[in-house]
Amino acid sequence: MLDQQTNERRLTIARAMAEAMAQEMRRDPSVFVMGEDIGPFGGIFGNTRGLIDEFGKDRVRDTPISETGFISAAVGAAMDGMRPVVELMFVDFFGVCFDAIYNQMAKNTYFSGGNSSVPMVLMTSTGGGYSDAGQHSQCLYGTFAHLPGMKVVSPSNAYDAKGLMTAAIREDNPVVYMYHKGLQGMGWLGTEPGATVHTPEEDYVVEIGKAKVVREGSDVTLVGLAMGVHNALKAADKLAEDGVSAEVVDLVSLVPLDRETVRASVAKTGRLIVVDEDYHSYGVTGEIIATVCEHDIGKLKAAPARVAFPDVPIPYARNMEQFCLPNADKIVAAYRAMQKAEG
Amino acid sequence: MKPTKDQLLWMYENMVLSRRFEEAIEKVYMEGKTPAFNMANGPIPGEMHLSNGQEPCAVGVCVHLTDEDIVTATHRPHHQAIAKGVDLRGMTAEIFGKSTGLSGGRGGHMHIFDADVNFSCSGIIGESCGPACGAALSRKMQGKPGVAVAFLGEGAANQGAFHEALNLAGVWKLPVVFVIEDNSWGISVPKSEATAVERNDVRAAGYGMPGHHIPGNDPEAIFDIAGQAIERARAGEGPTLIEIETYRLAGHFMGDAEQYRPEGEKDALFEKDPIPKMRARLLADGTATEAELDKIETAAGEKVEDAIGYARDSAPARDEDALTAVFV
Ligand SMILES: Cc1ncc(C[n+]2csc(CCOP(=O)(O)OP(=O)(O)O)c2C)c(N)n1
Repeated sequence: MLDQQTNERRLTIARAMAEAMAQEMRRDPSVFVMGEDIGPFGGIFGNTRGLIDEFGKDRVRDTPISETGFISAAVGAAMDGMRPVVELMFVDFFGVCFDAIYNQMAKNTYFSGGNSSVPMVLMTSTGGGYSDAGQHSQCLYGTFAHLPGMKVVSPSNAYDAKGLMTAAIREDNPVVYMYHKGLQGMGWLGTEPGATVHTPEEDYVVEIGKAKVVREGSDVTLVGLAMGVHNALKAADKLAEDGVSAEVVDLVSLVPLDRETVRASVAKTGRLIVVDEDYHSYGVTGEIIATVCEHDIGKLKAAPARVAFPDVPIPYARNMEQFCLPNADKIVAAYRAMQKAEG
Repeated sequence: MKPTKDQLLWMYENMVLSRRFEEAIEKVYMEGKTPAFNMANGPIPGEMHLSNGQEPCAVGVCVHLTDEDIVTATHRPHHQAIAKGVDLRGMTAEIFGKSTGLSGGRGGHMHIFDADVNFSCSGIIGESCGPACGAALSRKMQGKPGVAVAFLGEGAANQGAFHEALNLAGVWKLPVVFVIEDNSWGISVPKSEATAVERNDVRAAGYGMPGHHIPGNDPEAIFDIAGQAIERARAGEGPTLIEIETYRLAGHFMGDAEQYRPEGEKDALFEKDPIPKMRARLLADGTATEAELDKIETAAGEKVEDAIGYARDSAPARDEDALTAVFV
């Protein structure tokens, strides 16, 4: 898509991911892709569209519905010189194959004393908001980020999506690449337009483990990832109407976590609100708040707040799900509550 | 095993009921989703997997079951739920996300639970198998009668859970029947490219149980084989695996462009639509009169209309109820 005003090439996250995979497959014959419906169908979420036409069935493999089998197989292939990009269609399906992920993919490097490596990418879709209920709408960022041995990234826009995919494929360690369905640019999922941005044609990397300040501000720091960034940006717009200047930090990566960027922002603003579509407890929000508090609690002018999904399975009914999901208004309300507490 | 007239008419009635139900759901589902198809919109949001074409599998098996028997179902559960006697009003209201739904709107179309008739389902592929084994084991341990039936697709027969559950059922001689509805597609992937054997019934041999293959999507043939398997389970002789050749007349989910289908496949399938086929057979062999079948069809239409009306008129789920029922 060419932007009429700026003449810039804008891509959806789905296309950006596919373009990065295609470029890396051209460059490196050891890269191959496998997963369910990633061949002629082009991926349920569009992220492998076109790959089979260029690279054929051998390097773009539709798999049986056997996640334990093919994700373990990716581990074995990665340890034997290949660079598989393997898809777990919805992150919720990790339940049937988690051993392959966290007992093998994540640990084999360590078990070998660093003598073996597992250079693979596990890409998986996250997120709800379209009433797909409790087995097809989770984020589970905290679940994956909690376990040592795998890098974890989640882009909020197409530019980062492409650069992170390229970086992930070139990375010699396993990378879990979590893409949010609501940002994919698939109309049938009701996409967030802010995720479709200028994306250069040539290959480039976005550094894994580096957060980005995507909006500068001085009164409060809003931290999020993926859809959370868009919610935070919308909240920042609303707060600006009342003269409140919010800074927005896009974490981009959960592992490694760029604690410095978060701390530097909070050192400047003195206030912290963390936004996460994953469950409230034991997750990203708690980790970010701890990151700030254990470092220098004196920097905080108010108790930090979190806007996350309550600790319940994701309900189906549209109004129930929307009631639970984070949004800009909830972030603004959290800021108001913070102000009130400050007196 | 041969069905009686009553059984034949029951099967026909439930096939028609399931079809009318899905036709109605399909229509409501599209409300608010045109011209731009966005799953989040309309009175029924989210994914929608229709089972039209696969009705014979559900009725040919469930005709042998009572409310006390257990069915574990899939992401494509409507025909199975209807044949098992799940409360139609409650199920419809659940699909509409209403407070009067079976789960108060928490579950939706892939999570139909009706404890009154021992029905449950999961949207995770292959996950019908283990719970069916457990329910069968529970009946055995409690000395209570009852068999469990796990429905699954042919794609699910490549999941580890399927193979582990079959072995468990085989080694413990559980009163369970595994019913594979082979519609030859797992979303866009054909069975031939996903399954190492042509027919899944041969896999039964690896788990010490009989395996049967039923061609033709034929309700009477399904009645026969399923009846024997369920009788065997009731008699304490252990599990059975059945694979039924069936047809998915719709896309994988609503909104599926179905570009993966070979040209002409859909037309050929519609020609084999099991409902007009059964109607013609019932008339041809004199089992039923036009008037009898018309009456069944009219009644099915009315039942569906009632359920849809009930769901539409019900109060929406309450926002705050999202936070309840996590624990009992
Ligand atoms: C563990 C798991 N993997 C993948 C999926 C995504 N998925 C949903 S339906 C489906 C195809 C299932 O095929 P089959 O078992 O043959 O049933 P059918 O859809 O044909 O009724 C897939 C891959 C899932 N729900 N769960």
